[in-house]
Amino acid sequence: MTKPAASAATAKTATQNACKLCNPLGACLAFRGIEKCVPFLHGSQGCATYIRRYLISHYKEPIDIASSNFNEETAVFGGSHNLKLGLKNVSQQYKPEVIGIATTCLSETIGDDVPMILKEYEAIMGGEGQLPAMIFASTPSYSGTHIDGFHAAVRSAVKTFAAEGPKRKLVNLFPGMISPADIRYMKEILTAFGMPFVLLPDYSQTLDGGPWAEYHRIPPGGTPARAIEDTGSASASIEFGSTLESGKSAAGYLEEHFGVPRIHLPLPIGIKATDRFFEALEQLTEKPMPELYEDERRRLVDAYADGHKYVFGRRAFLYGEEDLVISMAAFLSEIGVVPVLCASGGKSGQMKKRLQELVPELDELGIKVREGVDFVDIEHEADELKPDLLIGNSKGFAMSKRHELPLLRIGFPIHDRFGGQRLHHIGYRGTQELFDRIVNTVIEQRQNSSPIGYTYM
Amino acid sequence: MDTHNIALLEGREGQVYEKRQDGPEVEIACDKTSLSGSVSQRACVFCGSRVVLYPVADAIHIVHGPIGCAAYTWDIRGAVSSGPELHRLSFSTDLQEMDVIYGGEKKLYRSLVELIDQYQPKAAFIYSTCIIGLIGDDIEAVCKKVAKEKGIPVMPVHSEGFKGTKKDGYKAACSALMKLIGTGSTEGISNYSINILGEFNLAGEAWIIREYYEKMGIQVVATMTGDGRIDDIRRSHGATLNVVQCSGSMTTLARDMEEKYGIPYIRVSYFGFEDMSKSLYDVAALFPDRPEIMERAKEIVRDEIRKYYPEMQKFKAALTGKKAAIYVGGAFKTFSLIKALRTVGMSVVLAGSQTGNKDDYRRLKEMCDEGTVIVDDSNPVELSKFVLEKEADLLIGGVKERPIAFKLGVGFCDHNHERKIPLAGFVGMYNFAKEVYESVMSPVWQFAPRKGGLK
Repeated sequence: MTKPAASAATAKTATQNACKLCNPLGACLAFRGIEKCVPFLHGSQGCATYIRRYLISHYKEPIDIASSNFNEETAVFGGSHNLKLGLKNVSQQYKPEVIGIATTCLSETIGDDVPMILKEYEAIMGGEGQLPAMIFASTPSYSGTHIDGFHAAVRSAVKTFAAEGPKRKLVNLFPGMISPADIRYMKEILTAFGMPFVLLPDYSQTLDGGPWAEYHRIPPGGTPARAIEDTGSASASIEFGSTLESGKSAAGYLEEHFGVPRIHLPLPIGIKATDRFFEALEQLTEKPMPELYEDERRRLVDAYADGHKYVFGRRAFLYGEEDLVISMAAFLSEIGVVPVLCASGGKSGQMKKRLQELVPELDELGIKVREGVDFVDIEHEADELKPDLLIGNSKGFAMSKRHELPLLRIGFPIHDRFGGQRLHHIGYRGTQELFDRIVNTVIEQRQNSSPIGYTYM
Repeated sequence: MDTHNIALLEGREGQVYEKRQDGPEVEIACDKTSLSGSVSQRACVFCGSRVVLYPVADAIHIVHGPIGCAAYTWDIRGAVSSGPELHRLSFSTDLQEMDVIYGGEKKLYRSLVELIDQYQPKAAFIYSTCIIGLIGDDIEAVCKKVAKEKGIPVMPVHSEGFKGTKKDGYKAACSALMKLIGTGSTEGISNYSINILGEFNLAGEAWIIREYYEKMGIQVVATMTGDGRIDDIRRSHGATLNVVQCSGSMTTLARDMEEKYGIPYIRVSYFGFEDMSKSLYDVAALFPDRPEIMERAKEIVRDEIRKYYPEMQKFKAALTGKKAAIYVGGAFKTFSLIKALRTVGMSVVLAGSQTGNKDDYRRLKEMCDEGTVIVDDSNPVELSKFVLEKEADLLIGGVKERPIAFKLGVGFCDHNHERKIPLAGFVGMYNFAKEVYESVMSPVWQFAPRKGGLK
């Protein structure tokens, strides 16, 4: 493979091999986690198709995303006609209860007033039976990354449906962009606590479901709109994501408008972060941690002991979404792996600060934090920082091959391995799986590079 | 399974046709922009340009716009190179809000200069995305300036996503290539020479094809664009003949070269024994003064078919009577696939494409069996409906069609950009039959609800 940046001159202006995706992708993913919802992109046909292809390659599930399919006239005269026609067609073909509409660079730049167009559409179509509910998220691709689109969509869903009501025994969980397996695990935990909950978005079934006995216009599963309605009367919201500001988040919205307290936590990866999550649940439910999870925790602590020597002092590169990188760094720090580079294509401006809260000895450990980087930047760092392994999505493969470094694939996307949707990352269970995989990555490398080829490790 | 309640969208009726003996003689509607809200399987103008130029391996490809378009096309095709691999890198000007407000020309200029300094490419392709069509950056001027300063061709590709369909993207790519053609020396090019057009070297397919032609004693000047090199493209006007596959994307270029350089072209396909053989014979027939070229073509066909025939019989025995559905990018490919499937005893119950034209569909209608459904610019709902109604055992398509097949308990063969095993050439037909066999005959379908598996 061509090695980037062989010459002394390094291009700084362009982004090379981006370590981020665009805003609308995240919105489409989040909309997939709402029951009977079709994502709809207001822009060119290509945006929807490329994003479908990108998501399908990871989740291996049908992902239909409608598009208003701009043409030259639309760009000149505005997207109102196309949007309305598109909504009508998608309603006819998919019979959705919800349509999740997100913008693109094109519709944002021409300045379409989507909320107004939606109002007009409702006025015109109002007489023709029950219209699907419409959620709107502004997701211009020229600002932020896919993670911003994801949170914007979740917030807009809450904004659209949440209703005020007397507070009840109910907890909201906004876990952020986690895997379908992670979502199932979170639901299992909340169920074990005996606590009624609303988890949003829930694409655990829509993006990792069974075979179809009959054709489904929209895959079964997802958070129902009426459940989202209840989020306004919950006793609290738990929201993961260290850099997620309340002004941009669903829990932030509920706190501000309905007085639902926001419990803001890092993604629970590692024992310490997961303990914090369970403590929050214990407080909210006034129940102790179910024995099942005490057990999981005990096994994890035991595994840490069994495996600690393989990983101590190893140097890892972490890259991906900021919140995932931050929580992974905290986890690695508790097992003695040094995340010598924590990198993200995102640019919240808070990454180092948030990480320092979790890993106060950040500077002493020599952990470098870089926001707004691409894979060429990351690869440059490898020459200097000499990592032992890379941890992140599959897009680090070229770098791992060139540098002969093992790559532990986590998060999204995983386009070159099977089962990315079923990987666990969070809670004691997810941490256990990650720990096992990290230890095995190290062992495998040692075994392969050993001339003796030990059969016991 | 109940699918009769799935109706076609208003405005799409003309693009769906079922062949019936007593049916009305209608022309299939095509060459239309996709219907808003229909969840078309098509992409956009940018996609058309990007797929055609992508395999040029010693040029840098810079996507001018916000990050998405570059991110989603990074290392997207299995187009392999025998040398440089600049095409596998992803470059974007990654426009931000301020750039959209104040214009992106300066950022493009700086990006270009820096990237050219860093990678020393033979040329650069600059793809305009939607937003460039709105903010009005003068890409041509920037390209000219950089070309002059750096001494390499810097080609603007006008591929704003919303300005037409994927086909317009093909045209934009062809016109960028046209600007390169004719700028290199034709020294050393024989009279018995061809360019291979519309072959993208997925999984090394162009190498297979090239070897056949070279064995016949024909010089291959340039492959466009599989394993493509700028210098080869620049001198490709010295070839005697253009041999065009994937006619949807490259016929424009062949026509332009015929007009400007007087190079005739023929359309071929390398899929299936029948079409593969024909594409060797058709080329040989155009060099009648050297009968040994035809002789060697016959030898190749004989040897290759002999090599794969016995195995093919095994596949055929297993697959006879099975039904296939085809939905691919270009209609030309469907012709070959129908023939290839017949070779292994399979019939086609659904055939369609994203970008077929009137002639393509007319021919498709002639080729298809009674009862076959033909679709233009279809979508997941329609495809699922027909796959179920026609009880297909196999779907042939790309990444976006794959989950439809698997959800419904139907075998699948990827005949798109992402294939990792060559499906072109004689060996490709063997690989294709093997892949179809392995998917259709897999024991896993016994558990699919549709096949009576446990729910």
